[in-house]
Amino acid sequence: MSAWAWLIPLFPLVGYGVLIAWGRRLGERSPWVAVTTMVLATLTALAVFGEQLRGAEPYVWRTIWAVGGDRVITAGYTVDRLSATMALMVTVVGTLIFVYSVGYMRGDPYYSRFFAFLSLFCAGMLTTVLANSFLVLLLGWEIIGLCSYLLIGFYFRRRSANMAQMKAFLTTRVGDTFMLVGIMLLFWQFGTVDYHEIFEALAHGKSWSPAAVTLFGTPVPLAVLAALLVFGGPVGKSGQVPLHVWLPDAMEGPTPVSALIHAATMVAAGVYLVARTYPLFFYTPNHVALEAVAWVGAATALLAALMAVVQEDIKRILAYSTISQLGFMMAGLGVLGYTAGFFHLLTHAFFKALLFLGAGSVIHAVHTNNIKEMGGLWKSMPVTFGTFLVGSLALAGIFPFAGFWSKDEILLEAYHHNPAVYWVLTAASFLTAFYMTRLVAYAFFGSYRGPTHPEPDPWLPEDYARAGIRDAHPGSHGQNSHAPVPHESPPVMTVPLMVLAVFSAVVGVLGAPGTGPGGGTWLHHFIEFEGFREAGIQAPDFSWTVALRGLGVALAGILGAWGMYGAGGGRSEQVRRWVPWLVVFLRNRMYFDAFYGWLFVRGGLALARLLRAFDAYVVDGIVNAVGYLMVLVARLDRLFDTYVVDGLVNLVGLLTRWLGGILRYAQTGRAYNYILLATLGVVLILVWTLWRL
Amino acid sequence: MIGLGHYLVSGALLFAVGLFAVLTRRSAVAILMGIELMLNAANINFVAFTKFVSPELVRGHIAALVVIALAACEAAVGLALVISAYRHLETVQVDEINLMKW
Repeated sequence: MSAWAWLIPLFPLVGYGVLIAWGRRLGERSPWVAVTTMVLATLTALAVFGEQLRGAEPYVWRTIWAVGGDRVITAGYTVDRLSATMALMVTVVGTLIFVYSVGYMRGDPYYSRFFAFLSLFCAGMLTTVLANSFLVLLLGWEIIGLCSYLLIGFYFRRRSANMAQMKAFLTTRVGDTFMLVGIMLLFWQFGTVDYHEIFEALAHGKSWSPAAVTLFGTPVPLAVLAALLVFGGPVGKSGQVPLHVWLPDAMEGPTPVSALIHAATMVAAGVYLVARTYPLFFYTPNHVALEAVAWVGAATALLAALMAVVQEDIKRILAYSTISQLGFMMAGLGVLGYTAGFFHLLTHAFFKALLFLGAGSVIHAVHTNNIKEMGGLWKSMPVTFGTFLVGSLALAGIFPFAGFWSKDEILLEAYHHNPAVYWVLTAASFLTAFYMTRLVAYAFFGSYRGPTHPEPDPWLPEDYARAGIRDAHPGSHGQNSHAPVPHESPPVMTVPLMVLAVFSAVVGVLGAPGTGPGGGTWLHHFIEFEGFREAGIQAPDFSWTVALRGLGVALAGILGAWGMYGAGGGRSEQVRRWVPWLVVFLRNRMYFDAFYGWLFVRGGLALARLLRAFDAYVVDGIVNAVGYLMVLVARLDRLFDTYVVDGLVNLVGLLTRWLGGILRYAQTGRAYNYILLATLGVVLILVWTLWRL
Repeated sequence: MIGLGHYLVSGALLFAVGLFAVLTRRSAVAILMGIELMLNAANINFVAFTKFVSPELVRGHIAALVVIALAACEAAVGLALVISAYRHLETVQVDEINLMKW
């Protein structure tokens, strides 16, 4: 079955092709093309995963893509436990989001195009997952980047969406550039971009060129440099500090896109890449590259959680939460928790997709993103509330939901391998529970604070309004008529929520201790980095201290937030008065965006203006000077032509005419004249000859 | 004693007379006659040289006979041309035959 794994990315790609070619004709039926292809991909992924589950060997298929000299670049796919699990997760979450979108996007003028982009997005992600080499990876990676650009700016009439899509594309591009340089470095050192060959060489103590690059006065060996450069890609795509700024703005896209970007595809790609290319990071002196990954992850986890606490836009809270959780995953991978990081990626995909789709359902109902304008929704939206609560508990890390198990794994690994990171992550997990409780308290409890007769959707792009649609996603209630707000969403949206809620609740069992042979976790048994065994690194045993401390911190976060926001929310005002500067600092996203805006956007514009001035005055000046000089030379040349060249030509003509005028008199046309002359000539010759004698 | 010089002088005189006729006469027939005179002046030279330089050989005589034959041909062709020109142009005056003159 593994030999058929190439079908997995191909199905959504075919769906994309069909939708792009015939989407207009398919109209309202187009989502079923996308859903069908996605279901087929899911079934294939399930079959491939099942085979890996039964203990199949890793399968690699490759063919020659390009040959340069004696270096061969291969393209192909690799099926092992890691990629099979990831592919299954992507397809399952993707399918649920597709189904949800059928309801959410109904009535959109660009209905089929939306599904075409979603399909291409999934195709790119699955290519990235199944890639066998850095180059194939890059192919999928760039498709993901393109699709994120297209989907974030899906409401393309809205200026903020245009800005957000540009921001996302350019920010991730910064990381991608580093990654590309890293891949070039690897190709230079190894002569190949194939994972298998590079990792083989690394595991057998590949000797890197002794060359070292000096960064900030410290020589950095090439091995570390390559790992860090490649890590640049995940930093951009997975929204790690300092390239996280695009992720909250990516909320400009339709909510299913946010769910897809934040759960199954784009941001997961970065974490997956680190897991996939783990040897690159592992086989550095003292695992220094992994330590860098761990610290970037820990910093991201903490900073993003802090920023999430003060957001008021429900999707932005979830966006910062995603950044924070991605930081957890990176930190987990960085502290030698290979399985732990990947496990958190899996569980997070389910509960974050659930939370985003739940948020979409809420927004669908109340037509605002501001949690302060919601409230009391648990009564009117029971299904959304129940599933959202499951997702929140999973995210906060409450036993026995999925997030508890995976977060506990990460904390456990950090506790054993890098205690400093452990304490940072503990603080972040306190904040995680805190901001999720705040969100739930504001949105679902208390009394409804929003308007009962909503204005036309403020998110509504102009062309929707012109088309007579008052609601960006009127699927549930038809055009122009509106049920009393708020109300529960239609089944096509709630069923995916329920499925995801079930997953979020139970998928953690995979990583529960005692499920695997020998008392370890099943997932550790299933997916583990081979290098650990050779290096003698043991997965730490389950620790009650860490588990209870993690749980206690999460409960403290929940209770703290409930105390502040649950009972009327009065106490949050006190805190705000107590540390106003902190609130301002966090509201402004720690000034990351302002700094980038000032340095790169303003700086870029200033530089552009400077260059324009240089262009206008220096370059244009030189060009104009050359032009004037040429005109001058041409004038001189014209004078020379008129008087000298033309004069000579005319002179020849005149001379010829003058000579002709004279000589014509010799041509009498009378034969006897000629004979006379001939005779005289003969006589002259004769006389001259005789004279000589 | 009449020597080679006398013959040559009389031949040269005959040639000069013929040339004069060719140059001065306007009638094509007279010009042809002048040409005949010049050819015969040449014949006198041939015969005279043979007689005084190598009497045992007759090369000059043969040349003279060839010239006479040529002269006959020339006269025939020339007169035919003159007649033809006369038929077309109603004249044999060479300065009036100027069709080819620009």
